[in-house]
Amino acid sequence: MRKEMICIGCPMGCYLAVDYVGKTIRDVNGNRCKVGLEYAEKEISNPERTLTTTVKVKNGNLPLVSVRTNKPISKNKIFDTMDFLAKIEVEAPIKIGESIVQNIFNTGVNIVATKNILKNKS
Amino acid sequence: MSEIKSRDADLVVIGAGPAGLAAAISAKKNGVQDLFVIERNDWLGGILPQCIHDGFGIELLQEQLTGPEYAQRYIDELRKLEISCMLSSMVLEITPEKKVFVASPAGLFCFNAKAIILAMGCRERTRGQICIPGTRPAGVYTAGVTQNLINLKNVIVGKDVVILGSGDIGLIMARRLTLEGAKVHAVVEILPHTNGLPRNIQQCLIDYDIPLLLSHTVIEIHGQNRVDSVTISPVDENLKPIKGKEQRITCDTLLLSVGLIPENDLSKKCGVKLSSVTGGAVVNETLETSVPGVFACGNALHVHDVVDFVTLEAERAGKSAAEYILGKPRKMERIRVEAGNGIRYVLPQRILRCTDLELSIRVACPGENVTIGFFDGKKLVKKKKFRKVHPARMIKIMLGKSETVAIKALKVEVLGK
Repeated sequence: MRKEMICIGCPMGCYLAVDYVGKTIRDVNGNRCKVGLEYAEKEISNPERTLTTTVKVKNGNLPLVSVRTNKPISKNKIFDTMDFLAKIEVEAPIKIGESIVQNIFNTGVNIVATKNILKNKS
Repeated sequence: MSEIKSRDADLVVIGAGPAGLAAAISAKKNGVQDLFVIERNDWLGGILPQCIHDGFGIELLQEQLTGPEYAQRYIDELRKLEISCMLSSMVLEITPEKKVFVASPAGLFCFNAKAIILAMGCRERTRGQICIPGTRPAGVYTAGVTQNLINLKNVIVGKDVVILGSGDIGLIMARRLTLEGAKVHAVVEILPHTNGLPRNIQQCLIDYDIPLLLSHTVIEIHGQNRVDSVTISPVDENLKPIKGKEQRITCDTLLLSVGLIPENDLSKKCGVKLSSVTGGAVVNETLETSVPGVFACGNALHVHDVVDFVTLEAERAGKSAAEYILGKPRKMERIRVEAGNGIRYVLPQRILRCTDLELSIRVACPGENVTIGFFDGKKLVKKKKFRKVHPARMIKIMLGKSETVAIKALKVEVLGK
Protein backbone atom coordinates (compact mmCIF):
# COMPACT_ATOMS: atom_id res chain seq x y z
CA MET A 1 0.00 0.00 0.00
CA ARG A 2 1.12 3.53 -0.63
CA LYS A 3 -0.07 6.61 1.22
CA GLU A 4 0.83 10.25 0.73
CA MET A 5 0.92 12.60 3.70
CA ILE A 6 2.43 15.87 4.85
CA CYS A 7 4.75 15.76 7.85
CA ILE A 8 3.52 18.03 10.65
CA GLY A 9 6.79 17.93 12.61
CA CYS A 10 7.91 21.45 11.68
CA PRO A 11 6.96 24.36 9.38
CA MET A 12 8.99 22.78 6.54
CA GLY A 13 6.11 20.37 5.81
CA CYS A 14 7.77 17.56 3.86
CA TYR A 15 5.50 15.66 1.47
CA LEU A 16 5.94 12.00 2.32
CA ALA A 17 5.20 8.94 0.22
CA VAL A 18 4.85 5.97 2.53
CA ASP A 19 4.88 2.34 1.40
CA TYR A 20 3.51 -0.05 3.98
CA VAL A 21 2.00 -3.47 4.54
CA GLY A 22 -0.59 -3.70 7.32
CA LYS A 23 0.93 -1.54 10.04
CA THR A 24 4.54 -2.06 8.97
CA ILE A 25 6.48 0.54 7.03
CA ARG A 26 8.42 -0.68 3.99
CA ASP A 27 9.73 2.64 2.73
CA VAL A 28 9.37 6.39 3.33
CA ASN A 29 10.31 8.95 0.70
CA GLY A 30 10.40 12.74 0.85
CA ASN A 31 11.37 13.29 4.50
CA ARG A 32 14.36 15.48 5.27
CA CYS A 33 14.94 14.25 8.81
CA LYS A 34 14.05 11.49 11.25
CA VAL A 35 10.99 13.37 12.50
CA GLY A 36 9.33 12.54 9.17
CA LEU A 37 10.19 8.88 9.56
CA GLU A 38 8.74 8.70 13.07
CA TYR A 39 5.66 10.62 11.93
CA ALA A 40 5.05 8.21 9.02
CA GLU A 41 5.33 5.21 11.34
CA LYS A 42 2.83 6.74 13.76
CA GLU A 43 0.43 7.66 10.96
CA ILE A 44 0.32 4.06 9.78
CA SER A 45 0.12 2.39 13.19
CA ASN A 46 -1.69 4.81 15.51
CA PRO A 47 -2.02 8.41 14.33
CA GLU A 48 -1.79 10.94 17.14
CA ARG A 49 -2.27 14.68 17.43
CA THR A 50 -1.71 17.29 20.08
CA LEU A 51 -5.16 18.64 20.87
CA THR A 52 -5.54 22.26 21.88
CA THR A 53 -8.86 23.74 22.98
CA THR A 54 -10.44 25.70 25.81
CA VAL A 55 -12.21 24.92 29.08
CA LYS A 56 -14.77 27.09 30.87
CA VAL A 57 -13.57 29.05 33.89
CA LYS A 58 -15.50 30.00 37.04
CA ASN A 59 -14.71 33.37 38.65
CA GLY A 60 -11.80 34.14 36.35
CA ASN A 61 -10.58 37.28 34.60
CA LEU A 62 -11.36 35.45 31.34
CA PRO A 63 -14.33 33.12 30.60
CA LEU A 64 -12.04 30.43 29.15
CA VAL A 65 -8.66 28.90 29.85
CA SER A 66 -6.71 27.55 26.89
CA VAL A 67 -5.55 23.94 27.35
CA ARG A 68 -3.55 21.27 25.54
CA THR A 69 -2.82 17.60 25.80
CA ASN A 70 0.57 17.24 27.49
CA LYS A 71 1.50 14.77 24.75
CA PRO A 72 -0.15 13.71 21.50
CA ILE A 73 -3.41 11.79 21.90
CA SER A 74 -4.83 9.13 19.61
CA LYS A 75 -6.71 10.77 16.73
CA ASN A 76 -9.81 8.69 17.38
CA LYS A 77 -10.06 10.12 20.92
CA ILE A 78 -10.15 13.76 19.79
CA PHE A 79 -13.91 14.26 19.57
CA ASP A 80 -14.55 12.29 22.78
CA THR A 81 -12.05 14.56 24.52
CA MET A 82 -13.75 17.66 23.09
CA ASP A 83 -17.14 16.44 24.37
CA PHE A 84 -15.69 15.74 27.81
CA LEU A 85 -13.97 19.11 28.08
CA ALA A 86 -17.11 20.95 26.95
CA LYS A 87 -18.89 19.73 30.08
CA ILE A 88 -16.37 20.71 32.75
CA GLU A 89 -15.61 24.01 34.42
CA VAL A 90 -12.55 24.97 36.48
CA GLU A 91 -12.27 27.47 39.28
CA ALA A 92 -9.86 30.41 38.95
CA PRO A 93 -7.03 31.03 39.64
CA ILE A 94 -5.30 28.66 37.24
CA LYS A 95 -1.58 28.45 36.64
CA ILE A 96 0.02 27.76 33.29
CA GLY A 97 1.11 24.10 33.17
CA GLU A 98 -1.44 23.03 35.80
CA SER A 99 -3.26 19.74 35.06
CA ILE A 100 -6.97 20.25 34.43
CA VAL A 101 -7.74 16.57 33.75
CA GLN A 102 -5.43 13.66 34.62
CA ASN A 103 -5.13 10.56 32.45
CA ILE A 104 -8.11 11.28 30.21
CA PHE A 105 -9.92 8.11 29.05
CA ASN A 106 -7.02 6.09 30.51
CA THR A 107 -4.77 7.23 27.68
CA GLY A 108 -2.01 8.40 30.01
CA VAL A 109 -2.53 11.87 28.58
CA ASN A 110 -3.20 14.89 30.80
CA ILE A 111 -5.02 18.07 29.85
CA VAL A 112 -2.93 21.05 31.01
CA ALA A 113 -3.59 24.79 31.12
CA THR A 114 -1.56 26.87 28.66
CA LYS A 115 -2.17 30.25 30.26
CA ASN A 116 -2.50 31.90 33.64
CA ILE A 117 -6.02 32.85 34.72
CA LEU A 118 -6.40 35.26 37.60
CA LYS A 119 -9.26 35.28 40.07
CA ASN A 120 -11.84 37.89 39.18
CA LYS A 121 -11.74 40.74 41.68
CA SER A 122 -15.49 41.39 41.63
CA MET B 1 -8.11 69.61 29.09
CA SER B 2 -5.51 67.77 31.07
CA GLU B 3 -1.89 68.68 30.74
CA ILE B 4 0.55 66.55 28.75
CA LYS B 5 3.23 65.14 31.01
CA SER B 6 6.62 65.23 29.36
CA ARG B 7 9.35 62.70 30.06
CA ASP B 8 12.73 61.75 28.60
CA ALA B 9 13.36 58.11 27.70
CA ASP B 10 16.11 56.21 25.94
CA LEU B 11 13.77 53.90 24.08
CA VAL B 12 10.05 53.57 23.44
CA VAL B 13 8.81 50.26 22.02
CA ILE B 14 5.36 50.51 20.43
CA GLY B 15 3.42 47.28 20.86
CA ALA B 16 3.79 44.40 23.34
CA GLY B 17 3.17 41.48 21.00
CA PRO B 18 5.93 38.97 20.32
CA ALA B 19 7.97 41.59 18.45
CA GLY B 20 7.69 44.32 21.07
CA LEU B 21 8.47 41.94 23.93
CA ALA B 22 11.57 40.48 22.27
CA ALA B 23 12.79 43.91 21.13
CA ALA B 24 12.48 45.38 24.62
CA ILE B 25 14.20 42.39 26.26
CA SER B 26 17.03 42.53 23.75
CA ALA B 27 17.47 46.31 24.13
CA LYS B 28 17.67 45.98 27.90
CA LYS B 29 20.16 43.10 27.68
CA ASN B 30 22.26 45.23 25.34
CA GLY B 31 22.53 48.05 27.84
CA VAL B 32 19.45 50.26 27.45
CA GLN B 33 18.23 51.18 30.94
CA ASP B 34 15.44 53.67 30.48
CA LEU B 35 12.85 52.06 28.23
CA PHE B 36 9.07 51.79 27.97
CA VAL B 37 6.81 49.38 26.17
CA ILE B 38 3.47 50.91 25.18
CA GLU B 39 0.55 48.56 24.57
CA ARG B 40 -3.02 49.53 23.69
CA ASN B 41 -4.59 46.32 25.02
CA ASP B 42 -4.74 45.47 28.71
CA TRP B 43 -2.57 42.38 28.28
CA LEU B 44 0.91 41.49 27.06
CA GLY B 45 1.61 39.11 24.19
CA GLY B 46 -0.49 40.69 21.43
CA ILE B 47 -2.32 38.13 19.32
CA LEU B 48 -0.61 35.11 20.97
CA PRO B 49 -3.13 34.55 23.81
CA GLN B 50 -5.83 33.78 21.24
CA CYS B 51 -3.56 31.50 19.17
CA ILE B 52 -4.19 28.48 21.37
CA HIS B 53 -2.92 25.95 18.80
CA ASP B 54 0.58 24.55 19.05
CA GLY B 55 3.55 24.83 16.73
CA PHE B 56 5.15 27.98 18.09
CA GLY B 57 8.81 27.92 19.01
CA ILE B 58 10.01 24.93 16.99
CA GLU B 59 12.77 26.86 15.22
CA LEU B 60 13.89 28.98 18.13
CA LEU B 61 13.20 26.96 21.29
CA GLN B 62 13.04 23.47 19.75
CA GLU B 63 9.69 22.97 21.47
CA GLN B 64 6.13 22.89 20.17
CA LEU B 65 4.44 25.51 22.30
CA THR B 66 0.98 27.03 22.08
CA GLY B 67 0.66 30.79 21.52
CA PRO B 68 -0.09 31.67 25.16
CA GLU B 69 2.80 29.48 26.37
CA TYR B 70 5.20 31.10 23.91
CA ALA B 71 4.08 34.58 25.02
CA GLN B 72 4.48 33.67 28.70
CA ARG B 73 8.19 32.87 28.24
CA TYR B 74 8.82 36.41 27.07
CA ILE B 75 6.41 38.04 29.53
CA ASP B 76 8.27 36.29 32.39
CA GLU B 77 11.61 37.50 31.05
CA LEU B 78 10.31 41.06 30.61
CA ARG B 79 9.16 41.07 34.23
CA LYS B 80 12.45 39.60 35.44
CA LEU B 81 14.31 42.41 33.67
CA GLU B 82 11.92 44.94 35.26
CA ILE B 83 11.02 46.60 31.98
CA SER B 84 8.23 49.18 32.33
CA CYS B 85 5.05 48.51 30.37
CA MET B 86 2.13 50.88 29.91
CA LEU B 87 -1.01 48.85 29.22
CA SER B 88 -4.33 50.19 27.89
CA SER B 89 -2.23 52.97 26.40
CA MET B 90 -2.48 54.20 22.86
CA VAL B 91 0.30 55.91 20.94
CA LEU B 92 -1.38 58.79 19.14
CA GLU B 93 1.53 60.14 17.20
CA ILE B 94 5.27 59.85 16.76
CA THR B 95 7.41 62.58 15.24
CA PRO B 96 10.74 62.48 13.36
CA GLU B 97 12.27 64.17 16.45
CA LYS B 98 11.16 61.00 18.26
CA LYS B 99 8.50 62.50 20.42
CA VAL B 100 5.94 59.82 21.31
CA PHE B 101 2.46 61.03 22.33
CA VAL B 102 0.56 58.51 24.43
CA ALA B 103 -3.00 58.48 25.79
CA SER B 104 -3.05 56.30 28.89
CA PRO B 105 -5.33 55.75 31.88
CA ALA B 106 -2.85 57.94 33.83
CA GLY B 107 -3.29 60.81 31.38
CA LEU B 108 -1.52 62.15 28.32
CA PHE B 109 2.22 61.66 28.02
CA CYS B 110 4.91 62.86 25.68
CA PHE B 111 8.10 60.82 25.68
CA ASN B 112 11.19 62.47 24.29
CA ALA B 113 12.86 59.29 23.12
CA LYS B 114 16.35 58.75 21.77
CA ALA B 115 15.09 55.80 19.73
CA ILE B 116 11.77 54.16 18.85
CA ILE B 117 11.01 50.58 17.86
CA LEU B 118 7.91 50.09 15.72
CA ALA B 119 6.34 46.75 16.70
CA MET B 120 2.65 47.38 16.04
CA GLY B 121 1.99 44.10 14.25
CA CYS B 122 -0.52 43.80 11.45
CA ARG B 123 -4.25 43.79 10.82
CA GLU B 124 -6.53 41.59 8.73
CA ARG B 125 -7.85 42.47 5.31
CA THR B 126 -11.63 42.69 5.36
CA ARG B 127 -14.51 42.15 2.98
CA GLY B 128 -14.34 45.78 1.89
CA GLN B 129 -10.76 45.42 0.75
CA ILE B 130 -11.48 42.49 -1.55
CA CYS B 131 -14.87 43.84 -2.70
CA ILE B 132 -17.08 40.72 -2.57
CA PRO B 133 -20.45 41.58 -4.17
CA GLY B 134 -23.79 40.75 -2.56
CA THR B 135 -25.90 41.77 0.39
CA ARG B 136 -24.43 42.94 3.68
CA PRO B 137 -25.77 40.46 6.22
CA ALA B 138 -24.36 39.48 9.60
CA GLY B 139 -22.16 36.40 9.58
CA VAL B 140 -19.15 37.66 7.63
CA TYR B 141 -16.09 37.54 9.87
CA THR B 142 -12.35 37.76 9.49
CA ALA B 143 -10.56 34.63 10.69
CA GLY B 144 -8.65 36.43 13.45
CA VAL B 145 -11.79 38.01 14.89
CA THR B 146 -13.41 34.57 14.91
CA GLN B 147 -10.38 33.18 16.71
CA ASN B 148 -10.68 35.92 19.32
CA LEU B 149 -14.41 35.28 19.83
CA ILE B 150 -14.09 31.50 20.12
CA ASN B 151 -10.87 31.21 22.09
CA LEU B 152 -11.12 34.20 24.43
CA LYS B 153 -14.80 35.09 24.69
CA ASN B 154 -16.56 31.72 24.38
CA VAL B 155 -18.68 32.87 21.44
CA ILE B 156 -19.27 30.50 18.53
CA VAL B 157 -19.80 32.45 15.31
CA GLY B 158 -21.88 29.98 13.27
CA LYS B 159 -22.76 26.39 12.44
CA ASP B 160 -22.29 26.11 8.69
CA VAL B 161 -19.16 27.81 7.51
CA VAL B 162 -17.34 28.60 4.28
CA ILE B 163 -13.81 29.96 4.55
CA LEU B 164 -12.34 32.18 1.86
CA GLY B 165 -8.55 32.14 1.73
CA SER B 166 -6.17 29.38 2.70
CA GLY B 167 -3.75 31.37 4.83
CA ASP B 168 -2.69 29.77 8.10
CA ILE B 169 -5.27 31.52 10.27
CA GLY B 170 -8.04 30.33 7.94
CA LEU B 171 -6.79 26.74 8.10
CA ILE B 172 -6.37 26.84 11.87
CA MET B 173 -9.92 28.20 12.22
CA ALA B 174 -11.31 25.49 9.92
CA ARG B 175 -10.05 22.91 12.42
CA ARG B 176 -11.08 24.93 15.45
CA LEU B 177 -14.66 25.42 14.21
CA THR B 178 -14.90 21.72 13.36
CA LEU B 179 -13.72 20.74 16.85
CA GLU B 180 -16.35 23.07 18.33
CA GLY B 181 -19.11 21.36 16.37
CA ALA B 182 -19.52 23.56 13.30
CA LYS B 183 -19.49 22.16 9.78
CA VAL B 184 -16.88 23.72 7.52
CA HIS B 185 -18.18 23.10 4.00
CA ALA B 186 -15.13 24.29 2.12
CA VAL B 187 -11.96 26.35 2.19
CA VAL B 188 -11.93 28.34 -1.03
CA GLU B 189 -8.65 29.70 -2.45
CA ILE B 190 -8.42 31.93 -5.52
CA LEU B 191 -4.80 30.99 -6.26
CA PRO B 192 -3.80 27.60 -7.68
CA HIS B 193 -1.78 26.96 -4.49
CA THR B 194 -2.41 27.51 -0.80
CA ASN B 195 -0.83 30.25 1.22
CA GLY B 196 -0.77 28.22 4.40
CA LEU B 197 1.97 25.99 5.71
CA PRO B 198 1.78 22.47 4.28
CA ARG B 199 1.50 20.91 7.74
CA ASN B 200 -1.65 22.94 8.35
CA ILE B 201 -3.19 21.49 5.19
CA GLN B 202 -2.62 18.07 6.75
CA GLN B 203 -3.58 18.64 10.37
CA CYS B 204 -6.37 21.19 9.83
CA LEU B 205 -8.03 20.10 6.56
CA ILE B 206 -7.10 16.54 5.57
CA ASP B 207 -7.46 15.27 9.15
CA TYR B 208 -11.08 16.48 9.21
CA ASP B 209 -12.02 15.84 5.55
CA ILE B 210 -12.53 19.54 4.85
CA PRO B 211 -12.50 20.19 1.09
CA LEU B 212 -9.93 22.67 -0.24
CA LEU B 213 -11.05 24.27 -3.50
CA LEU B 214 -8.06 25.81 -5.26
CA SER B 215 -8.54 28.31 -8.12
CA HIS B 216 -11.99 29.12 -6.71
CA THR B 217 -13.41 32.24 -5.11
CA VAL B 218 -16.57 33.60 -3.53
CA ILE B 219 -18.35 35.79 -6.07
CA GLU B 220 -21.48 36.68 -4.12
CA ILE B 221 -22.77 36.73 -0.55
CA HIS B 222 -26.51 36.09 -0.05
CA GLY B 223 -28.89 36.66 2.85
CA GLN B 224 -30.86 39.52 4.35
CA ASN B 225 -30.24 39.63 8.10
CA ARG B 226 -27.84 36.69 8.25
CA VAL B 227 -25.73 35.01 5.58
CA ASP B 228 -27.83 32.19 4.07
CA SER B 229 -25.49 31.09 1.29
CA VAL B 230 -22.53 32.11 -0.88
CA THR B 231 -21.91 31.60 -4.57
CA ILE B 232 -18.49 30.26 -5.45
CA SER B 233 -16.94 29.91 -8.86
CA PRO B 234 -13.77 28.50 -10.36
CA VAL B 235 -11.40 31.14 -11.78
CA ASP B 236 -9.25 31.18 -14.91
CA GLU B 237 -5.50 31.83 -15.02
CA ASN B 238 -6.17 35.58 -14.75
CA LEU B 239 -8.14 34.88 -11.55
CA LYS B 240 -11.41 35.88 -13.27
CA PRO B 241 -14.53 33.79 -12.49
CA ILE B 242 -15.46 31.32 -15.25
CA LYS B 243 -19.07 31.96 -16.31
CA GLY B 244 -21.56 29.10 -16.04
CA LYS B 245 -19.55 27.18 -13.42
CA GLU B 246 -21.03 28.87 -10.36
CA GLN B 247 -22.12 26.82 -7.39
CA ARG B 248 -24.18 27.93 -4.38
CA ILE B 249 -23.25 26.71 -0.92
CA THR B 250 -25.76 27.01 1.92
CA CYS B 251 -24.07 28.41 5.02
CA ASP B 252 -24.65 30.87 7.84
CA THR B 253 -21.09 32.15 8.12
CA LEU B 254 -18.34 33.29 5.77
CA LEU B 255 -14.84 33.54 7.22
CA LEU B 256 -12.23 35.64 5.48
CA SER B 257 -8.57 34.73 5.70
CA VAL B 258 -7.41 36.92 2.87
CA GLY B 259 -4.18 38.44 3.99
CA LEU B 260 -2.63 40.70 6.57
CA ILE B 261 -1.54 44.31 6.33
CA PRO B 262 1.35 45.69 8.40
CA GLU B 263 0.03 48.34 10.76
CA ASN B 264 1.84 51.55 9.89
CA ASP B 265 -0.44 54.54 10.39
CA LEU B 266 1.95 55.89 13.02
CA SER B 267 5.00 55.26 10.83
CA LYS B 268 3.51 57.15 7.88
CA LYS B 269 2.74 60.21 9.91
CA CYS B 270 6.31 60.22 11.21
CA GLY B 271 7.67 60.21 7.66
CA VAL B 272 8.96 56.63 7.66
CA LYS B 273 9.34 55.48 4.07
CA LEU B 274 7.20 52.41 3.37
CA SER B 275 7.60 49.64 0.80
CA SER B 276 4.64 49.16 -1.53
CA VAL B 277 5.43 45.42 -1.66
CA THR B 278 5.76 44.55 2.04
CA GLY B 279 3.49 47.31 3.37
CA GLY B 280 6.11 47.90 6.06
CA ALA B 281 9.07 50.24 6.43
CA VAL B 282 12.06 50.24 4.11
CA VAL B 283 14.95 49.29 6.40
CA ASN B 284 18.69 48.75 6.36
CA GLU B 285 20.54 45.75 7.81
CA THR B 286 20.20 47.19 11.34
CA LEU B 287 16.40 47.33 10.80
CA GLU B 288 16.56 51.13 10.99
CA THR B 289 13.93 52.91 8.90
CA SER B 290 14.40 56.02 6.77
CA VAL B 291 13.98 58.09 9.96
CA PRO B 292 17.24 57.88 11.98
CA GLY B 293 16.73 56.19 15.35
CA VAL B 294 13.40 54.66 14.38
CA PHE B 295 13.59 50.88 13.98
CA ALA B 296 10.96 48.37 12.83
CA CYS B 297 10.43 44.65 13.35
CA GLY B 298 7.88 41.87 13.35
CA ASN B 299 4.64 41.96 11.39
CA ALA B 300 4.66 45.76 11.31
CA LEU B 301 7.76 45.45 9.13
CA HIS B 302 6.62 42.53 6.97
CA VAL B 303 4.14 39.73 7.56
CA HIS B 304 5.89 36.63 8.92
CA ASP B 305 4.73 33.04 8.73
CA VAL B 306 6.19 31.86 12.05
CA VAL B 307 6.55 33.75 15.31
CA ASP B 308 10.09 32.47 15.87
CA PHE B 309 11.31 34.66 13.02
CA VAL B 310 9.44 37.62 14.50
CA THR B 311 11.27 37.12 17.78
CA LEU B 312 14.68 36.79 16.13
CA GLU B 313 14.11 39.89 14.00
CA ALA B 314 12.88 41.87 17.01
CA GLU B 315 15.96 40.86 18.99
CA ARG B 316 18.09 42.34 16.21
CA ALA B 317 16.03 45.54 16.24
CA GLY B 318 16.48 45.78 20.02
CA LYS B 319 20.23 45.35 19.71
CA SER B 320 20.44 47.92 16.90
CA ALA B 321 18.42 50.43 18.91
CA ALA B 322 20.76 49.86 21.86
CA GLU B 323 23.83 50.52 19.71
CA TYR B 324 22.21 53.68 18.36
CA ILE B 325 21.32 54.94 21.84
CA LEU B 326 24.72 54.09 23.29
CA GLY B 327 26.37 56.01 20.49
CA LYS B 328 28.14 53.28 18.55
CA PRO B 329 29.81 54.89 15.49
CA ARG B 330 27.43 54.85 12.53
CA LYS B 331 28.24 53.93 8.98
CA MET B 332 26.02 55.63 6.46
CA GLU B 333 26.88 54.44 2.99
CA ARG B 334 24.49 51.72 1.90
CA ILE B 335 23.86 49.77 -1.25
CA ARG B 336 20.47 48.84 -2.62
CA VAL B 337 19.04 45.36 -2.52
CA GLU B 338 16.64 44.61 -5.32
CA ALA B 339 14.11 41.80 -5.80
CA GLY B 340 14.48 40.44 -9.33
CA ASN B 341 12.76 37.76 -11.36
CA GLY B 342 10.72 35.28 -9.29
CA ILE B 343 11.27 37.10 -6.01
CA ARG B 344 8.44 38.98 -4.30
CA TYR B 345 10.64 40.82 -1.85
CA VAL B 346 13.97 40.92 -0.09
CA LEU B 347 14.49 42.51 3.27
CA PRO B 348 16.44 44.61 4.26
CA GLN B 349 16.23 46.83 1.20
CA ARG B 350 19.51 48.64 2.01
CA ILE B 351 22.69 47.00 3.24
CA LEU B 352 26.15 47.96 4.37
CA ARG B 353 28.92 46.49 2.29
CA CYS B 354 31.27 44.07 4.04
CA THR B 355 29.09 43.07 6.98
CA ASP B 356 27.71 39.70 7.92
CA LEU B 357 23.98 39.97 7.41
CA GLU B 358 20.78 38.03 7.10
CA LEU B 359 18.34 38.43 4.24
CA SER B 360 14.64 37.52 4.46
CA ILE B 361 13.35 36.48 1.06
CA ARG B 362 9.92 35.57 -0.26
CA VAL B 363 9.55 33.93 -3.65
CA ALA B 364 6.68 34.88 -5.98
CA CYS B 365 5.37 31.37 -6.62
CA PRO B 366 5.93 27.79 -5.45
CA GLY B 367 8.63 25.69 -7.10
CA GLU B 368 10.90 22.69 -6.77
CA ASN B 369 14.67 22.51 -7.20
CA VAL B 370 14.90 26.27 -7.43
CA THR B 371 18.22 28.12 -7.40
CA ILE B 372 18.29 31.63 -6.04
CA GLY B 373 21.13 33.80 -7.32
CA PHE B 374 22.70 36.92 -5.83
CA PHE B 375 24.04 39.35 -8.41
CA ASP B 376 26.21 42.45 -8.46
CA GLY B 377 25.14 43.82 -11.83
CA LYS B 378 25.67 40.84 -14.13
CA LYS B 379 28.14 39.12 -11.84
CA LEU B 380 26.90 36.17 -9.79
CA VAL B 381 28.17 36.61 -6.22
CA LYS B 382 26.47 33.63 -4.59
CA LYS B 383 23.83 31.06 -5.35
CA LYS B 384 21.85 28.65 -3.30
CA LYS B 385 19.66 25.75 -4.30
CA PHE B 386 16.37 24.86 -2.62
CA ARG B 387 14.53 21.59 -2.99
CA LYS B 388 11.22 23.32 -2.41
CA VAL B 389 10.22 26.98 -2.25
CA HIS B 390 6.83 28.44 -1.41
CA PRO B 391 5.57 32.03 -1.07
CA ALA B 392 4.19 31.13 2.36
CA ARG B 393 7.61 30.07 3.60
CA MET B 394 10.09 32.85 4.24
CA ILE B 395 13.64 32.03 3.21
CA LYS B 396 16.52 33.20 5.42
CA ILE B 397 19.96 33.50 3.89
CA MET B 398 23.16 34.61 5.57
CA LEU B 399 25.44 36.74 3.47
CA GLY B 400 29.05 36.78 4.63
CA LYS B 401 31.40 39.79 4.79
CA SER B 402 33.53 38.44 1.98
CA GLU B 403 30.55 38.12 -0.35
CA THR B 404 29.67 41.81 -0.24
CA VAL B 405 33.17 43.37 -0.07
CA ALA B 406 33.24 45.12 -3.41
CA ILE B 407 29.68 44.98 -4.68
CA LYS B 408 27.88 48.07 -5.93
CA ALA B 409 24.34 46.74 -5.68
CA LEU B 410 22.69 43.45 -4.87
CA LYS B 411 19.97 41.82 -6.90
CA VAL B 412 18.31 38.59 -5.84
CA GLU B 413 16.56 36.46 -8.42
CA VAL B 414 15.41 32.96 -9.26
CA LEU B 415 17.75 31.46 -11.86
CA GLY B 416 16.40 29.80 -14.99
CA LYS B 417 16.49 26.02 -14.90
